[in-house]
Amino acid sequence: MQDTLAELKRGEKAIITDVSSFHIPLKLLEMGCLPGTPVKLVQLAPFQDPMYLNINGSHLAIRKETAAHILIEKVTNE
Amino acid sequence: MSKQINVALIGNPNTGKTSVFNALTGLNQKVGNYPGITVEKKEGVCKLPRGVKAHIIDLPGTYSLNASSLDENVVIELLLNQNDKDFPDIAVVITDVENLKRNLLLFTQIKDLQIPTLLVINMADRMSYKGISLDIEHLEEQLHTKIALISTRKNEGIDKLKQLITNYKDISVKACLDIKSIDTNYFENLHKAFPNQLLYKLWLVITQDVNFGKTSRNEFDAVSDFKTKSSTDLKRLQQKETIKRYQYINNVLKAGQTIDASKAKDLRSKLDRVLTHKFWGYVIFFFILLTIFQAIYDWANVPMDLIDSAFASLSEWTKNMLPPGAFTNLISEGIIPGLGGIVIFIPQIAFLFLFIAVLEESGYMSRVVFLMDRIMRRFGLSGKSVVPLISGTACAIPAIMATRNIESWKERLITILVTPFTTCSARLPVYLIIISLVIPEGRFFGLGYQALTLMLLYLLGFGTAVLSAYVLNKVLKIKSKSFFVIEMPNYKLPLFKNVALTVIEKTKAFVFGAGKIILAISIILWFLASYGPGEAFNNAEEIIRTEYASEHLEEAEIQKKIASHKLEHSYIGITGRAIEPSIRPLGYDWKIGIAIVSSFAAREVFVGTLATIYSVGNDDEETIKNRMAAETNPTLGGPLFTFASGISLLLFYAFAMQCMSTLAIVKRETNSWKWPVLQLIIMTVFAYIVALIAFQFLK
Repeated sequence: MQDTLAELKRGEKAIITDVSSFHIPLKLLEMGCLPGTPVKLVQLAPFQDPMYLNINGSHLAIRKETAAHILIEKVTNE
Repeated sequence: MSKQINVALIGNPNTGKTSVFNALTGLNQKVGNYPGITVEKKEGVCKLPRGVKAHIIDLPGTYSLNASSLDENVVIELLLNQNDKDFPDIAVVITDVENLKRNLLLFTQIKDLQIPTLLVINMADRMSYKGISLDIEHLEEQLHTKIALISTRKNEGIDKLKQLITNYKDISVKACLDIKSIDTNYFENLHKAFPNQLLYKLWLVITQDVNFGKTSRNEFDAVSDFKTKSSTDLKRLQQKETIKRYQYINNVLKAGQTIDASKAKDLRSKLDRVLTHKFWGYVIFFFILLTIFQAIYDWANVPMDLIDSAFASLSEWTKNMLPPGAFTNLISEGIIPGLGGIVIFIPQIAFLFLFIAVLEESGYMSRVVFLMDRIMRRFGLSGKSVVPLISGTACAIPAIMATRNIESWKERLITILVTPFTTCSARLPVYLIIISLVIPEGRFFGLGYQALTLMLLYLLGFGTAVLSAYVLNKVLKIKSKSFFVIEMPNYKLPLFKNVALTVIEKTKAFVFGAGKIILAISIILWFLASYGPGEAFNNAEEIIRTEYASEHLEEAEIQKKIASHKLEHSYIGITGRAIEPSIRPLGYDWKIGIAIVSSFAAREVFVGTLATIYSVGNDDEETIKNRMAAETNPTLGGPLFTFASGISLLLFYAFAMQCMSTLAIVKRETNSWKWPVLQLIIMTVFAYIVALIAFQFLK
């Protein structure tokens, strides 16, 4: 079972591995959310949702339910 | 040659596109609407070197040419229609140096339409903060374009930009992406079917019609039938296209851009830590709102008093200067007080637009959206509903248009339906005058009672909006995909010029828009109040003189009695008294009744109407407020505006749907009469019941 973006914790980094094309609108891809892109969770809003992400320099906020359709591989950095 | 160059400014939101527009056009700009739709159209004229003129259009901000809203669709409509008189000779794509990669996606799309496309990299002053350096020559070569590196904040690079626009013919129209590489077979077939058309253009038309619904593009009509693929397949191809474009951009930037993260100063994360904090974030937001209301009430008072007395003396002066007669009366008793009723609110409306502009420009608004999304979702709204609900305090019309970026239709519809509950600036005139009549002046912890009452009314508006959203969310059975994405832009100090232009332009639009209605209504009202049918009106003087013959009243007193007798028997008086039974339980007299009826067109007409009604036949130089305070209740005696009737009136205006323009916008945005009609009936009935209960309880 692979991790999804929804499981990322604050400050953690990951690489997007796959984006469920059925559930994710084109707009999100166009804003930079593509396979192979590094992503970092900047902040969680109160009540743990939505997620404030830094996707390769692009700062976006999306809801957890959307993030659950984006697969990631966590980067365990130093 | 004296031909104007058509320039289209295109760019992602938050790239400073409007600043560039303002820098190029200055005050030579006008704002209108695209025909048939309510998307704002901003155009201006810019003088270029060598006496050339450019006609500049500021197109709505968009992340890509694949439109997902009405606003974004405007961009693609224009770029696909070569016959449009505004079709650009040159497209100027504005990008933000900090988000160059994402911004370039749109650039490559436009470039592939083979329109000469110039790249503007804005906010160059931020480069050193962020440790960014660019190899402009390399980028120009790789992207087949010219680049203007500018800073609207420091006003640098604008001349270079003008120079490049003048020489637009030098810009290559070479495409960035070979569209065939996405799916060779499919595009070969497409090419065979339409050999004379640009492939990327065809592709856009096909996907656009599938995704956004068919629009008016006659020359391409046949194309949209050429699908041969299911919409899932098309979507997959679009994703592939996007990935390819990003690969291309990454390649270009690899050698053209270096970012030294160690040099980056990070103001964003420091501010974010406080402003989106789970406790302090809300506290700060609340204090910002509090400041806004205190400002609207306290700071705006001085200019408002000046305007009020200025209009009273202007009215008096016209009366003395012009020869007496019906025309003079029309001006001094109908038009001037009516207009005064709206001009007086310019200071407050300007303040409101000022605060909203600053919140938007600074990037703070996105943080509020982020903070509020989870909470708003419980009520069936989106975090993005906060923007319409806040800008609804200025006017429901732009607020309802601002719902367009809410992705889920159900959340958007609910937002549209509840936004008119927020206290718009048209309610402000009514609130202010009634508050100043019925709420005492004291202070409570440094805040005036009157300001607090106003604050409560605003909270009441928000509260009702949110609660009715909750009910609607339970009642409406609409299946709709819940999706939400918002960019969190960098914090920016708002540019004075941008804010000032927004405030001036919005205030102007409000005053002239409302002014027209008020002018028309006050003229009609004046006629109805100055003429009447039959004996009772025409022989008023005789009737009164006989009635009071034995009482030896002073002449002035007699004149007053005559005037009020005439008013009561004028056309307006007759109508007013006909509806009086239905509003008496709410504590109003027939004059307020007339004001309510006339303000169904627009709420702010209320004050103007009362001003007109009260000044007919009244020669004293008096402000509207003093005249209202002097009114007595015909059935109960005592002053007409008591605490009870005042509160009842405030509540009525808080809830009633009294704005034709809002109803028209709701019809347009929801594409059905069902929603505006429901809105009108439910809100008005609710307002009546609440006002009734309040008056009966308090009196």
